[in-house]
Amino acid sequence: MTPAKPARTPRPVLVALEDRAADNLRFIRETMERAGSFTAVPGRGGVAIGLTALAAAVIASHQSTTARWIFVWLAEAVLAMVLAVLTVAQKAHAARVPLFSGPGRKFALGFAPPMIVGALLTAALYRDGELRMLPGTWLLLYGTAVVSGGSFSVRVVPIMGVCFIALGAAALASPASWGNGYMMAGFGGLQILFGLIIAQKYGG
Amino acid sequence: MRAKLGTATAERISRSHAQAPRLSALRGENQEPVASGLDRLIHERMRLGIVSALAANPSLTFNELKALLRTTDGNLSVHARKLEEATYISCTKMLDGRLPKTRYRLTAAGRRAFERYLDHMESLIRAAREK
Repeated sequence: MTPAKPARTPRPVLVALEDRAADNLRFIRETMERAGSFTAVPGRGGVAIGLTALAAAVIASHQSTTARWIFVWLAEAVLAMVLAVLTVAQKAHAARVPLFSGPGRKFALGFAPPMIVGALLTAALYRDGELRMLPGTWLLLYGTAVVSGGSFSVRVVPIMGVCFIALGAAALASPASWGNGYMMAGFGGLQILFGLIIAQKYGG
Repeated sequence: MRAKLGTATAERISRSHAQAPRLSALRGENQEPVASGLDRLIHERMRLGIVSALAANPSLTFNELKALLRTTDGNLSVHARKLEEATYISCTKMLDGRLPKTRYRLTAAGRRAFERYLDHMESLIRAAREK
C-alpha cells in the first residue's frame, strides 16, 4: 500500500508563477539594456560633431586674441552638445527606447562629472591666465568622460576615450602653439574616426 | 519596462489586464506554470532574449546577437529560424567585403507578440499581488 501523498497547497504554485513572471521580466529588461549598449552612443552624431570641430579649429586658428580663440571653442562645445543630445535622442527613438533608459542613463551619469570639472577648470585656468593648459585639459577631461560614460557600452567607446586621454597628455607636454592642432586632431579627427566605426558597426 | 514601450503599450497592458487569465484558472496541479494563451514561441529563454534584444535595436547582426546572448552559432540559428518562420523577425543576408553577414530585425508581428508577452507577465504579477 502506497502512503497517501500530502495534499498540494495552491500557494507555492502561486508564488512560483509570480516569481517566474518577475524573473522573465527581469531577463527582458537586462537583455534590452545590454542590447541598448549597441545603440546608446550615436556614430553619425560623432561624425557630425567631428566635422564641426574641424571647422572650429580652422576658424579658431585665424583668431587674433586668445580670448576669441577660447570663445570659438566654447561655441563649438555648445554646438557639439546640442548635436550630441539630438543624435542620441534620434537613435533612442529609432530603437524605441526612452532617452534615459539603462544604457543612456549610465552613460550620462558617467559622462557628466568630468565635463562639469572641465567647465570649472576652464574658468579657473582662464582667470589665472594659464591658457596654454586648456587644450590638454579639455582633451584629458573629455577622454575621461567618454571612458567613464562608455564603461558600460561597447568596447570601442572607452577605447575612444583612452585615445583622447593620450592626446591630451601629449598636448600638455607640447608647446602651446600646437594646442589648436591637438584640438583639431582630437575633437575633429578622433571623433570622426570613432564615429564612423560606431555608425558602421553599432547601428548608426 | 512599460515606459520603454510607450503609452500605446501601457494602454494595451491595462486592457490585457482586464482580459488576463485569472490566476485561479492557473492554480491547477499542472507542474508547468504556464497560462493558456501564453506565446510559447517567445516564452523560451533564448528566443525571448533574441526578441528582447531586437526590441531595443533597429537591427542586430548574427554575431552581435551571439555575443549579447552568450550562445553558440548552432543554438542561435535554430532559435532565430523558429522566430523567422513565425514571422516575428526578418533576416537579411548581405556581404561585408567577402564575409557573409546576417542581420535580424523585429517585425511588426514580432513587436506585437513581444508586447503581448510583457502584458501577460505583468498581469500575472499584478494578479498574484492582488491576492
